[in-house]
Amino acid sequence: MAVLVFAESTEGKFKKTAFEVTSYGKKVAEQLGTNLVVLTVNADDITSLYGYGAEKVLKINNTSLATFNAKIYADVIKQAATKENAQVVIIDSSSNGTYLVPLVAVNLNAGLATNVVALPSSTSPFIVKRKSFSNKAFNNSEIKTAIKVIGLAKNSFGLKEQAVTGSEETFSPTLINSGVTSTSVDKSVGKVTIADADIVVSGGRGLKGPENWKMIEELAEVLGAATACSKPVSDLGWRPHSEHVGQTGKPVTSNLYIAIGISGAIQHLAGVNSSKVKVVINTDAEAPFFKAADYGVVGDAFEVVPKFIEKLKEFKAQNS
Amino acid sequence: MKVLVCISHVPDTTSKINFMDNDTKFDTNGVQYVINPHDEYSLTRAMWLKENQGATVTVVNVGNATTEPTLRKALAIGADDAIRVNAEPIDGFFVAKQLAEVVKNGEFDLVIAGRESIDYNGGMVPGMLAALLDFNFVNACIGFEINGNNVTATREIDGGKEVLATSLPTVIAGQKGIVEEKDLRIPNMRGIMTARSKPLSIVEPVAFDSTTATINFEKPAARGAVKLVSADNLAELVNLLHTEAKVI
Ligand SMILES: Cc1cc2nc3c(=O)[nH]c(=O)nc-3n(C[C@H](O)[C@H](O)[C@H](O)COP(=O)(O)OP(=O)(O)OC[C@H]3O[C@@H](n4cnc5c(N)ncnc54)[C@H](O)[C@@H]3O)c2cc1C
Ligand SMILES: Nc1ncnc2c1ncn2[C@@H]1O[C@H](COP(=O)(O)O)[C@@H](O)[C@H]1O
Repeated sequence: MAVLVFAESTEGKFKKTAFEVTSYGKKVAEQLGTNLVVLTVNADDITSLYGYGAEKVLKINNTSLATFNAKIYADVIKQAATKENAQVVIIDSSSNGTYLVPLVAVNLNAGLATNVVALPSSTSPFIVKRKSFSNKAFNNSEIKTAIKVIGLAKNSFGLKEQAVTGSEETFSPTLINSGVTSTSVDKSVGKVTIADADIVVSGGRGLKGPENWKMIEELAEVLGAATACSKPVSDLGWRPHSEHVGQTGKPVTSNLYIAIGISGAIQHLAGVNSSKVKVVINTDAEAPFFKAADYGVVGDAFEVVPKFIEKLKEFKAQNS
Repeated sequence: MKVLVCISHVPDTTSKINFMDNDTKFDTNGVQYVINPHDEYSLTRAMWLKENQGATVTVVNVGNATTEPTLRKALAIGADDAIRVNAEPIDGFFVAKQLAEVVKNGEFDLVIAGRESIDYNGGMVPGMLAALLDFNFVNACIGFEINGNNVTATREIDGGKEVLATSLPTVIAGQKGIVEEKDLRIPNMRGIMTARSKPLSIVEPVAFDSTTATINFEKPAARGAVKLVSADNLAELVNLLHTEAKVI
């Protein structure tokens, strides 16, 4: 018996979520009185996983797996789960994780809970808490099957260091065919993505036009943040669709979300409510966002943002 | 080409979410239902296939009789016919199982769903359906073209996009981008009239053991009031974010 975690890496490096699912997996393994096994694919240095409780690392090195393929990866995870006799399989909520997880569940005849935000409240019956109704509620679900698959919501559990003496084992799964092949990947390099960001800076229609995004980008740069926007901003073509956050856009689960010139419509809030701390900058003191925020500045973004950037730069100069 | 569009019937995005019966059931009182927003994009894309590539478009929902107005709306937008699987969904796997039967019986070669439904937020049904049918699968799709049997699809990835080549039969889970917001269709009077006479068939569900069960629901803890900082004192904001919130 074991708990199996899939630790995703890109170009050999683990994503932060790889350590988060490992931290979570270790605690679940403790609850079940079993060991944690972490599966890696083409990762350079797996020793960092030991720091988060990986007792055993299953290492796959195979150039055929260099490009992510949901069907093939799902089958590889199934093989690993079967080999380790895993009771629980845990996958993150990255774009690849969410692609994989329903396939893994069907492959293993396992019940699935996605968007899980906490450790199981009980392991027999096996009950997990998941986000539902677009962050307006939670749902406690029982997974009734022998094998359970969990999709862990990003930034819901955090990183918990717990060093163990781990060991590694090379794993060579057989690779099935997939009817889907990747023909090209277009990825902005060096930019923080909304999915990975600890801080997100977001602009709304209050910014009047695309030409005013320079200060948003500058603020994001100072904070090492990703940029985002409200739905009308992307519908108007001021910013790309990939930046649209909210109920019908991307979810934001960062530590800090800064909303500038965004009114705080219910559909917008639904997608950003899981961000831990929210700051709003808006001319209208009655804007609904102030009811959902932790910190607020009532003022004109065109005056407030440049001053905020200046103060942040001073702060950084003092603290570096 | 036989296209099946999966329509999830969800509370309108402005709905207040409340529960009843000891927090075990969603309280539908005063809730307006709509086509799941992601499915609306997918349905519009299917209309394009109908008009330009001779596809027939069927819409399907797994739900009880209260979902029929939502299916009628999809017919009014232009779908040819509708199927309702007469069952209260238990979870994503239950829905995928029912849809798999519909796809097999109807010999559909393209299934278009949405990335996730905004009520249960599972993001499970399309992938599970593809796996059950052994169809190809594209998740988080923001655009696709069909040429004969070949499918070229773009999916969103963290920080960019990826182009995939695949072939029918395929399940596609779409989202905004698969068509533009401005191209979304709203039913016109003629559509609403003709929708009334379009076929809506009701099929009974297949039985199997469920894999999950909802125990109860919870609402997030109430939050404290916002702390306002003067626009003339942004150093204070920086200070609060550093020392109090500890996020910078
Ligand atoms: C089905 C559906 C789904 C939706 N999904 C989403 C979604 O996922 N995400 C989303 O964002 N929206 C979504 N919406 C749209 C949502 O209802 C709102 O229309 C939208 O969020 C408003 O965007 P906004 O706040 O940028 O613009 P507005 O509502 O126009 O607000 C602009 C704000 O800027 C302020 N402002 C103006 N000038 C300044 C200035 N100089 N400095 C500072 N502040 C200023 C104003 O006081 C105002 O509060 C959805 C709507 C529907 C119907
Ligand atoms: N009850 C249902 N009937 C038909 N299609 C559904 C149903 N539930 C979910 N779907 C489809 O599956 C997609 C993803 O839903 P979910 O897995 O519930 O997040 C939705 O966008 C719909 O296209």
